[in-house]
Amino acid sequence: MKSTPELLRLQNIGRDFKSGINCHTVLNNINLAVSAGESLAVVGPSGCGKTTLLMLMSGLLTPTRGKVILEGGIQQGSDRRIALVQQDYGLLPWKTVAQNILLGARLQRITVDADNMNSLKAELGITDLDRLYPEQLSGGQRQRVALARALLLQPQLLLLDEPFAALDAITRERLQDLLRKLHHQRGFGLVIVTHDVREAALLGQRVLVLEGKGAGIHAIVSNTACDRANFRSMPEYFKQSVALRAMIGDAA
Amino acid sequence: MKRNRWFSYLLSVTALLLLWQVVAWSLHSRLLPGPFAVITMLGSEMLSALFWEHTGASFLRITAGLAIAFVTAVPLGLVLGSSQRFDNLLEPVVSLVYPIPKIVLLPLILLVFGLGNMSKIVLIALIIFFQLLLPVRDSARQINREMIVSFRSLGGNRRQFVRHVVLPSSMPGIFTALRLGTGTAIAVLFFAESLSARAGLGYYILNAWGRADYTAMFVGMIALSLVGVFYYEVFAVLERRICPWRHLN
Repeated sequence: MKSTPELLRLQNIGRDFKSGINCHTVLNNINLAVSAGESLAVVGPSGCGKTTLLMLMSGLLTPTRGKVILEGGIQQGSDRRIALVQQDYGLLPWKTVAQNILLGARLQRITVDADNMNSLKAELGITDLDRLYPEQLSGGQRQRVALARALLLQPQLLLLDEPFAALDAITRERLQDLLRKLHHQRGFGLVIVTHDVREAALLGQRVLVLEGKGAGIHAIVSNTACDRANFRSMPEYFKQSVALRAMIGDAA
Repeated sequence: MKRNRWFSYLLSVTALLLLWQVVAWSLHSRLLPGPFAVITMLGSEMLSALFWEHTGASFLRITAGLAIAFVTAVPLGLVLGSSQRFDNLLEPVVSLVYPIPKIVLLPLILLVFGLGNMSKIVLIALIIFFQLLLPVRDSARQINREMIVSFRSLGGNRRQFVRHVVLPSSMPGIFTALRLGTGTAIAVLFFAESLSARAGLGYYILNAWGRADYTAMFVGMIALSLVGVFYYEVFAVLERRICPWRHLN
């Protein structure tokens, strides 16, 4: 793999949550770097802190211990270089598709290049949905709109929290392939949290396996073969999926 | 859809008038005149300037009362619903004052604001204020965590959050509260006008009752009901215009 500049670094990160007098450690001792343009999948047993890790990367959650460094500077709050798409898509029901897509740009007072927006919509297959409301869309269409909204801001790092978990198998596969294509074409960094080992094997050039009960990192697995065009039908894909499943079992 | 709605309205009104007519025939008492007599008198009253003076007085009081309640309760409800700190600060006051039947304050309000329009407007505003405040606060509270996280991840600040998330998400609740509040406002208006007024539909009804003119009494009751129906429908139309996402096929 060619050397690429480091985009984000988590340094000795830990995060506790307080509930009354109890203090619950969700993440501990996380040391991790994400390079520009790379894709990282995050897996682990239930409650291991996958979503918390993503929130810390996004700057929406501050670490209890350690620091998050974004392009050499300590991250303070959310940053326009990082975009986040959640499992429930986070679309506003009272805004049309067009208004939802433009929301981030409007909030940040960014002038949108119409050509860029139209080509993005075309790539995502949502050119005819502008006047519809989220409730009128299928799950797959909502996810495409959420991706368009995030990518319109031209982030350097796209964070996805179980983005395809609520979709049927066919739609999920289509969107996984679309995400791979967009990632390669547009060159943004990608961190995807998933509970699906096959998705992790397909989308992550590296796969981070978290230890259960906030213990930290169990393993980081290199998976560069996923860049191959027909990876989904290759034996390596299945082997990697089985290996990851075994690792999550060990980490639990 | 729209045609169906008006057809249903027409059907309901016809059914009510028929029921009224049947009851009037059954009782055969001057205490309950039939709908034909009442509607005929309503038609002739509508040509009289005095009747419109009464209707106008009631309309002004209810409009002003609702407007004052709206401009005070809605912003405060949105602030309470979106700021835990403000809510913690004011929650004891709201909990303490909300259960007090505000209608008992009428003598005090009459003493302070006099017998004119202002006392009626203040009473309506005071009662509707609390009817609006709590539903608006609760609507603003119901915004889910994912939406908050998503909005913040897009770089939205607190002011933008209120404008793009809190306000629109609360609009359906605001309109429901306004529609429910209309009925209460009419009842309060009637009570206030029947006690201390020389104009207004409440006064018109009580005056007719005092003269044992039961047909005129029913005319006043129908006119007052129509004021309520007018506001109910205005809020329904506004809700459909302002909250189109709630009425998708």
